[in-house]
Amino acid sequence: MPVVMDADRMGRTLTRIAHEIVERNRGVEELALVGIRTAGVPLAVRIARSLAEITHQEVLTGALDITLYRDDLGRHAVGKKPVVRSTDIPFSIDDKRILLVDDVLFTGRTIRAALDALIEFGRPKAIQLVVMVDRGHRELPIKADYVGKNLPTSLSQSVKVHLMEVDGRDEVEIEG
Amino acid sequence: MRKDLLGIADLTPEEIYRVLDTADAMREIGEREIKKVPTLRGKTVVNLFYEPSTRTRTSFEIAEKRLSADTLNIAVAASSVLKGETLSDTAMNIEAMAPDIIVIRHASSGACHLLSRICKSRIINAGDGMHEHPTQALLDAFTIRQHKKRIEGLKVVIVGDLLHSRVLRSNVLLLTMLGADVCVSGPPTLIPKGIERLGVSVKTDVDAAVRDADVIMMLRIQQERMQGAFFPSLREYFNVFGMTAARVRRAKPDVIIMHPGPMNRGVEIASDVADGPYSVILEQVANGVAVRMAVLYLLAGGVEDEAAA
Repeated sequence: MPVVMDADRMGRTLTRIAHEIVERNRGVEELALVGIRTAGVPLAVRIARSLAEITHQEVLTGALDITLYRDDLGRHAVGKKPVVRSTDIPFSIDDKRILLVDDVLFTGRTIRAALDALIEFGRPKAIQLVVMVDRGHRELPIKADYVGKNLPTSLSQSVKVHLMEVDGRDEVEIEG
Repeated sequence: MRKDLLGIADLTPEEIYRVLDTADAMREIGEREIKKVPTLRGKTVVNLFYEPSTRTRTSFEIAEKRLSADTLNIAVAASSVLKGETLSDTAMNIEAMAPDIIVIRHASSGACHLLSRICKSRIINAGDGMHEHPTQALLDAFTIRQHKKRIEGLKVVIVGDLLHSRVLRSNVLLLTMLGADVCVSGPPTLIPKGIERLGVSVKTDVDAAVRDADVIMMLRIQQERMQGAFFPSLREYFNVFGMTAARVRRAKPDVIIMHPGPMNRGVEIASDVADGPYSVILEQVANGVAVRMAVLYLLAGGVEDEAAA
């Protein structure tokens, strides 16, 4: 399985994204990070750490589970149910600029679900999207604001972002 | 998960833990300002209650509404059952209107199994006669796990009307399946014959039964199901089997006191125990909503491919 990003590259990419976030928002005053479960959550925590190193300010971080907002839940009479995990956003999102964080941007359906889920918690001033990998093949009009790496893929391939916190190593792989 | 939830007896430990873990996530929805997710949008749930119920029916209805299902309640007192319609005819008529899920409570054991055979809708048993009440056992297990972080190895004592209790049967099946050490106690006239075969110990001396208990679960004296005298008087029942502060002190210092409701204060439980610091009775009610949301979610249509999103 070809490795397209190693640990060093991923670390530098996240630092670069953190700088872009600070530049575009002119600081981190109104920002808060929300990671999409599961891989988006450790990524959001790492970006928060980078932001703190750059600006010496803490940025609030939360976790969002989108399972109950998926658009394919009722499509088959019987089948495996995706595991529901807990959402944990311990702050008000009203009037904040929310940075929504996920590992891979593909069809855009997860992000559509995440936007619906997030908006039930309040009215943020803006929502910006951060992804580690954009692999194309969008099925909805959704675009990321910060991209770690654009990775052209075929539909039959799959992209895996491995993270130290989950898999014990940092690596982006293409399979298939 | 399977098509229907008829009883704990049909479940595996993995399925039980799946419900409890899902309920963990569902609990957070109840703490939001907007207590609603779109998961069951467009699904119809019929709550068919042949017995009076406040807690269970309300709990199911709130759970259904928090998942955005369309719900309707059929209370039998105001329905065509009074005009002589049979259960299967009522069921087939409801089925003809194509609901997705039917939640049924009935005074006859096995009523939900009858529905399961004749209906394409998914059936959830909300209590059938003296047989099972699976969602109650699941919410009890959820509450125990919340406080004790585990179920395996706990000493659970269940006291009261064991004979008429579907809550007892579902709880015993679930708790023994997950490895708890279950002891039951009550007047000999209210202990069903052969209950030891379910893997529980029986003690008619309630003071001995509660010694070192981690969990004390009280059952209601079901006077509406009693034909004949099972004990001399309610007052004597309270003296011999009622849960008093003095009896609670024999249990572990961090014991929790549970009751499925509705309570008969001064019969099976003293008011100061019901309202006291060890009581988790209202937490059970709160957790009931999250557990029923989990069951509804897991039973309603699935996805075939985990990676499809």
